[in-house]
Amino acid sequence: MAENSMRSTSMRSTLGRVRHLGSAKEGVHHWWMQRLTALALVPLVLWFVISVASMAGMDHAAASAWIASPAVAITLVLLITATFYHAQLGIQVVIEDYIHNEGLKLAILVMVKFASIILAVAAIFAVLKIAFGG
Amino acid sequence: MAEFTLPANSKVKIGDTYKAPDGAKRIKKFKIYRYDPDKGANPRLDTYEIDMDDCAPMVLDALIKIKNEIDTTLTFRRSCREGICGSCSMNIDGTNTLACLKPIEDVKGDVHIYPLPHMPVIKDLVPDLSVPYAQLASVEPWLQADTPPSPTEERRQSPEEREKLDGLWECVLCFCCTTSCPSYWWNGDRYLGPAVLLQAYRWIADSRDERTGDRLDALEDPFRLYRCHTIMNCTKTCPKGLNPAKAIAEIKKLMVMRQ
Repeated sequence: MAENSMRSTSMRSTLGRVRHLGSAKEGVHHWWMQRLTALALVPLVLWFVISVASMAGMDHAAASAWIASPAVAITLVLLITATFYHAQLGIQVVIEDYIHNEGLKLAILVMVKFASIILAVAAIFAVLKIAFGG
Repeated sequence: MAEFTLPANSKVKIGDTYKAPDGAKRIKKFKIYRYDPDKGANPRLDTYEIDMDDCAPMVLDALIKIKNEIDTTLTFRRSCREGICGSCSMNIDGTNTLACLKPIEDVKGDVHIYPLPHMPVIKDLVPDLSVPYAQLASVEPWLQADTPPSPTEERRQSPEEREKLDGLWECVLCFCCTTSCPSYWWNGDRYLGPAVLLQAYRWIADSRDERTGDRLDALEDPFRLYRCHTIMNCTKTCPKGLNPAKAIAEIKKLMVMRQ
């Protein structure tokens, strides 16, 4: 707390510092999406873990054929979307909690958001490539 | 960054020991955090030996006995000595609570007493609570209505409406919950903390208040409200047995409902 603006030698009143820039009037969307994606991930992850476990010993051709079936490909794309959406929401909260240097915080937040999109697009592309006969 | 160790000038050193009088049979040791801003020295942990056959049952009784009979320099806040004023909140045996409501016999071994965690210390067991007080003022904790009150009767409320305030009005603003919350430790300059959010909900839940929407507007913020990650330390530590975590969850629910 010592390095926070709160404790520095400002002559602004405590109430003025507490009110600061006012309410951002957002946060409910982030909170609600985190819950919705969590809910969606419960069946998706269960399905994925059970599927992968039952694939033990399967060869490459059989695995590719499994992914290529429309139901599996669609579910995989849903799983990837929900996973990365949920992950970047959660990591954002951790960064906001612990990193108090505004510049560094912004840089890491942007990095995490971009990385999530890149990884999600790459994973979805991999599934589609197999599904559409790559 | 969040701080996980104390700064060098806050590290607690071993302090003085005040022995119990000769012939004392039931001796309990009180290890108490001492800090004097005028000395420029690090805080220290003084040990006071108390004869339990000559001391009333609560931790506050022991503190008052020490101040009256052993060491007048010991500084702490207290007033009502019955859990109504919220003054004697401190960290006893690792838990934030009111010294007047904490029986000494509930503590196994030595009784460790520290000020409320992660607040600047003014002296000994007195923390600087000016930020949480300002945060309380910022949620405007009073009835706000545009409909003029009747000149002949009070603003009326049904028994069901009144019931919604139970578990909220009892809060004595001791800030045990707020100072037990890791989210408040790391982001106390922007997160309002459980005590203030419970107070905010006390007015949101009041059927006589007409500014519910404005109150929700003021709270809808990634830091003011949503730094609460349902850690639940607040509810666990509350010396009045209240549930600030539930009040916060109700606010979050209303935020979704009004979408």
